[in-house]
Amino acid sequence: MILTQIAFYLFATVLVLSAAMVVSARNPVHAVLFLILGFFNAAGLFLIAGAEFLAMILVIVYVGAVAVLFLFVVMMLDVNFTQLREGVQRYAPVGAAIGVVLLAELVFTVARWQVVPHPAPIAAGNGLPPGITNTEALGRLIYTDYVFLFQACGLVLMVAMIGAIVLTLRERPSAKRQDVSKQHARMPADTMEMMSLSLGAGTTGNHALAAGRDGFLRPHDGYGAVADEGGPGVRAPEDHEADHHHGA
Amino acid sequence: MATNTLMAPGLQAVGLGPYLTVGAILLVLGVFGIFLNRKNIIIIMMSIELILLSANLNLVAFSGALNELSGQVFTLFTLTVAAAEAAIGLAIVTVYFRNRGSIQVEDVTLMKG
Repeated sequence: MILTQIAFYLFATVLVLSAAMVVSARNPVHAVLFLILGFFNAAGLFLIAGAEFLAMILVIVYVGAVAVLFLFVVMMLDVNFTQLREGVQRYAPVGAAIGVVLLAELVFTVARWQVVPHPAPIAAGNGLPPGITNTEALGRLIYTDYVFLFQACGLVLMVAMIGAIVLTLRERPSAKRQDVSKQHARMPADTMEMMSLSLGAGTTGNHALAAGRDGFLRPHDGYGAVADEGGPGVRAPEDHEADHHHGA
Repeated sequence: MATNTLMAPGLQAVGLGPYLTVGAILLVLGVFGIFLNRKNIIIIMMSIELILLSANLNLVAFSGALNELSGQVFTLFTLTVAAAEAAIGLAIVTVYFRNRGSIQVEDVTLMKG
């Protein structure tokens, strides 16, 4: 009994302190780490309240997915966080005033409020046998009475997934991707050129030769972007023609 | 707080009041955080997570106190919505940062046109 109380106040204190640090931390990475600590302690509070399944779900979903997503975004975006903290001193009084008002309202409400001592009608249970574990009871309830809401939950998650992908997917023009239909539609005439060559002339610099005669295939001019002029061993077409005549 | 035999054993030891107090403090801290970090959208989203957590804490505490599992089912749904909200919100933040190079909340008012 006393051990439970000690555990509760330990968890509650750490939870409240870490929540305060989330709000007031200078470094957003620290804020996310304190958020993770707070979620762990909230899971402890759930355990004390008898919600074992939700405690594990809180650890898995919040710590494992949501908080890590926050951490990922905070570290990925190259944000100037000091600039974002400029107005904190200016906003602090307004925030404190609103917080105090809200807290006062809550205190006044809770102070005058009593829990029904014997909530018998509801507590007749959901037709579940006593003595089954929390997870089993939740499962029996979710898949029977709340099955449509459960499906709606799945829909919400799917919309969130599709939305996140659609929002963040971008087509970069610099990215090289394979286009299979383009590859299949490619004809040899688009990329290859028939060149006729004279005997012993070599394959470079023969632009001036008329096409249509027999020869061998040479890659198209734009293919591979090889510069014909200026390279070593490359001669101008006129010289080539002259050589040809000399040889003949 | 009146204790009855229907409560979960842990809640019998602690009582409902401390749970609601912790939930209230978390809610106030979350609202305070939204006003304190008005420029940083990521901290604002973390404050929203704190507020949702306080709601979950209240639901679980009442569920344990009334021995009624519907509260835990609702908590499950709240968790789902909170996860979806965080995913979509962070995706929007990422896209916005890619377009503008900053995540200043005040800059978003440019979208008003």
